[in-house]
Amino acid sequence: MVEVKNICKSFEGRPVLNNINARFQTGKTNLIIGQSGSGKTVLLKSIIGLLRPESGQVLYDGTDILSLRKRELDMLRRKTGMLFQGAALFDSMTVLENVMFPLQMISTDSYSQKKKRAEFCLDRVNLTDAEHLYPSEISGGMMKRAGIARAIALNPQYLLCDEPNSGLDPKTSLLIDDLISDITKEYNMTTIINTHDMNSVLNIGETIIFIREGILEWQGSSKEIMTSGNQALNDFVFASDAFRQIRELRTSH
Amino acid sequence: MRNALHRLGQYTLLMSKTWTTPTKWSMFLRQLLREIYKLGADSLWIVIIISLFIGTVIAIQISLNISSDLIPKFTIGYTTREIILLEFSSSIMCLILAGKVGSNIASEIGTMRVTEQIDAMEIMGVNSANFLILPKITGLMLFIPVLVVFSMFLGILGGIGASYADINGMTPASFIYGLQFYFNAYYITYSIIKSVVYAFIISSIASYFGYHVHGGALEVGKASTNSVVMSSVMILLADVILTHIMLT
Repeated sequence: MVEVKNICKSFEGRPVLNNINARFQTGKTNLIIGQSGSGKTVLLKSIIGLLRPESGQVLYDGTDILSLRKRELDMLRRKTGMLFQGAALFDSMTVLENVMFPLQMISTDSYSQKKKRAEFCLDRVNLTDAEHLYPSEISGGMMKRAGIARAIALNPQYLLCDEPNSGLDPKTSLLIDDLISDITKEYNMTTIINTHDMNSVLNIGETIIFIREGILEWQGSSKEIMTSGNQALNDFVFASDAFRQIRELRTSH
Repeated sequence: MRNALHRLGQYTLLMSKTWTTPTKWSMFLRQLLREIYKLGADSLWIVIIISLFIGTVIAIQISLNISSDLIPKFTIGYTTREIILLEFSSSIMCLILAGKVGSNIASEIGTMRVTEQIDAMEIMGVNSANFLILPKITGLMLFIPVLVVFSMFLGILGGIGASYADINGMTPASFIYGLQFYFNAYYITYSIIKSVVYAFIISSIASYFGYHVHGGALEVGKASTNSVVMSSVMILLADVILTHIMLT
């Protein structure tokens, strides 16, 4: 489980996160939602330790990463996989080399074992055909899948995803959502997804936190979101007619 | 002034993060060979062309400017050799390479920064500065002496070629005699030592600018330009200091 306690972060005196408290549960897909500029990426980067909050705690199964030394933080990060918004695949490496990279740098297994593991991860995301292609030669959806394969290569306990559906068509978005959800269950990981994709919220959001202007405005599940009386949340989630109709349909049954 | 000190501090911290033992030697050696090929061997053509032509031009210009009969003709070969060994093949060649190699390093690392590839490495628990920058610095420091020696040889070859044009009484025999006249082998050592220092300046400054890019493509371009300007200034400054230390 990952827990954040009283997280505050500001940039040049402007508060971006204000006293955030949240729990992200193991074996579940935990979503952070909010408008662009609400502070959700800053929260995700604070959780992974790329940004250092001014105050508060980030607890990974009870261990506060803000009090860890560099070496200890590196050790913890090896238990963490992250899928970036643009996949962040290394341009100079093939898809297979990208997935093998964390194994090559960290694992003490033999080369053949590492290759086998990388091929297994690529097979898990249905990307074996593209293993010898470079990132510039594959589509956005394939890049995201390769990013997921790389993130799970070291068999992590925690998976963090920064807007996994951005720039993808609806069908591919669903595919990526399902893949992340399946992998979370399969490996019993603590998955934290930062998104403003409402399909993801309704499809895979088991626990959801809604951030508005750096403040935790609401938290609950995708079922509870349908009946929430929070005006800011409703304005954000049900901004379109289509989603308002979905809510009406779901709440009427 | 405060900004300069801030940058110096950032540069020092980056270098301390870079100069650590590689996590995996096999990966480091693979990266090192890749960088030697990409930064060094790929620069061979530009070194060949520039050295050959500049060597030729130096010989022609000296021969045109020495018109007095009191100055022996072998002075052309002697002066050409001194210019090439002392300054051209090390300092001027490295200034040219600062443009080619420096911008390449800054834009590569800068692009990795803005596309979150460096963040991805950090999250894996990999020392990104060590993995990305150390092979570039060591690769260039190892290969630049080869380029410098190559440049010396080709510059002088260009001069010999020019001596066949019989400009202002310059002959191949007098030119070659001038090349051997009062030859001091220490000048080659001096040039190589200078070039190793320049290689460090080029690769570390370009890496620094690339590593600290914030924003997008525009900032990567700015970082690339800034790295070339800063490397060039530092090369000239190091030239003065090293010349004072090693030749006076």
